[in-house]
Amino acid sequence: MATVAGDRPFVRAPADGRVRAAVRAAREAPVLAVVILGGLVVVALLADVLAPHDPTFPVPGAGVFDPPMWMEGGRAAAPLGTDFQGRDILSRLIHGARVSLIVGLMGTLVAGTIGTLLGILSGYVGGWVDQLIMRVTDAWLALPAIVFAIFLAAMVGPSMWNIVGILGAVYWTRYARVIRGEVLSLRERDFVKLAEIAGASRLRVIRRHILPNVLNTATVLASLTVGVVIIAEASLSFLGVGVPPPQPAWGLMLSEARPTLMAGQWWLTVFPGACILLIVLATQLFGDWLRVRLDPQARNL
Amino acid sequence: MLAFVARRVVYSLVTLFILSATIFLVVRLTGDPVLLLAEASASPEDLERIRRLWGLDRSWPVQYATFMQNAFRGELGLSFNYRLPVSELYFQRLPNSLTLGLAATLISLLVGVPAGIVSAVKVNTWWDSLAKGVALLGLSIPGFWLGLVLILVFSVYLRWLPTSGAGDWRHVIMPAVALGWYFAASMLRLTRSSMLEVLGSEYIKLARLKGLPDVVVIAMHAFKNALIPVFTLAGVNLVVMVNAAVIVEVIFAWPGIGRLLYEGIFQRDFPLVQGVVVMAGFMIVGINFVVDVLYAVIDPRIRLTR
Repeated sequence: MATVAGDRPFVRAPADGRVRAAVRAAREAPVLAVVILGGLVVVALLADVLAPHDPTFPVPGAGVFDPPMWMEGGRAAAPLGTDFQGRDILSRLIHGARVSLIVGLMGTLVAGTIGTLLGILSGYVGGWVDQLIMRVTDAWLALPAIVFAIFLAAMVGPSMWNIVGILGAVYWTRYARVIRGEVLSLRERDFVKLAEIAGASRLRVIRRHILPNVLNTATVLASLTVGVVIIAEASLSFLGVGVPPPQPAWGLMLSEARPTLMAGQWWLTVFPGACILLIVLATQLFGDWLRVRLDPQARNL
Repeated sequence: MLAFVARRVVYSLVTLFILSATIFLVVRLTGDPVLLLAEASASPEDLERIRRLWGLDRSWPVQYATFMQNAFRGELGLSFNYRLPVSELYFQRLPNSLTLGLAATLISLLVGVPAGIVSAVKVNTWWDSLAKGVALLGLSIPGFWLGLVLILVFSVYLRWLPTSGAGDWRHVIMPAVALGWYFAASMLRLTRSSMLEVLGSEYIKLARLKGLPDVVVIAMHAFKNALIPVFTLAGVNLVVMVNAAVIVEVIFAWPGIGRLLYEGIFQRDFPLVQGVVVMAGFMIVGINFVVDVLYAVIDPRIRLTR
């Protein structure tokens, strides 16, 4: 009894604010999203070890269009079935996670970097620089993203890294516009004015005072863009202007499944799409959580 | 008001200029279109002849000026593959895209608006959570995959609906759902937040204080004002859907402009691709202009900004 009573004040003692905040953040963290994303990252990193077969070669001994193992005619060698070349669906899905994550993350990174830098430049420098950047932003935003991406991909030619660059070029405009708005109000704040009066160079003001203050917004935007970029990659690959065969990309697998869709080989269509759905859902959940954490004003949206 | 409209016109024209210049440059920077036109074995003289025939021997600024001049006259050049004016091909396909876009808009409104209203009126109940879940799924399920799954379920297994092509209303259902799905989710989100904002406003509180029943407050007072942004978005979305339905049109073999773009890409028909993409930009700049002006008419404060 004495020990319990003695413990109480200790337990109730005010914890360090930071620790408490971290604990609360961990408790509110979207478990589902973190588990899915973490799992996919592990799968993507360890694809070579985890995949039972080479994703680009037929499974030895298996036929083409083998159904999943629990259906009649399925084999344990290809648990989720085989495709039109007799390749293992599971192995292709595992390696496809790598493509999706690389394109999703790198595309977002490229878009975010270009957009944030141009947004800061536009908002802070102002004048004709602002006019120029914003008019290009307006013009590029006017094209539906997917049409613009298809157009660029068709012109530049298919490859995974081209797609990263193309999606970066298509999606930076969203960042530029939002970040510029933030910078316009930051520019009028006292700490920026004081830094300028103290003789800090423009570059220093941007680096030390502006950039750190827009990074939250950029991070939230990025977390919400990843899913969009992943769907865009899948769409491009589906249309044949994205990741070229025989690479195992989910969008490409859907496109390869299409000619035989009417034969009812549902596993060729359902599994890759479910993977896309899962990864995008997880990034959306994670992005929503991050927005609430980093941007209190948006909590009611 | 006149000054506001004039400024908007100038902005729109500048936007169109940058947009078309971007597309024009990308087409020319990424490869020689003449090589796409000619046989692989064509002699240098043949190449030169083709170049002159298509006006590709002139300098880029001249080509661009000609292109823009023609564009404003509704001429988008000649398709390499069909040997027909691009505008003719485009306007042949446009009605089909409009049909699909209207059907998808209807679906997105029918799903998004009621769900958004329920979600706002019953905020923080499980109805709200359900609607949020639907919205999340709407943004996460790729429309084109939804289309493929619909084909599997309704065409392959149930045999209720035709898989592809255009004809009667049964052909429109699946592509419209696949296309409208994503937009339904965004409609739901906007309806919800717009309704929440209106329901929290003073005049709604007054209406409630007067003792009006909930149904009247929601249906007569809140609904009307909350839906202005929703219908604006629906209008903008319609234009986006008409232009951005490429994958859905490809999956369902719907003869719209999205499929025209897809065909253009695979036949390396660059005047066609260029024309379709430029038209998409023009239509969206156009609708943005209309929305800006309409909002300025509704709300005079907007006219004074910038």
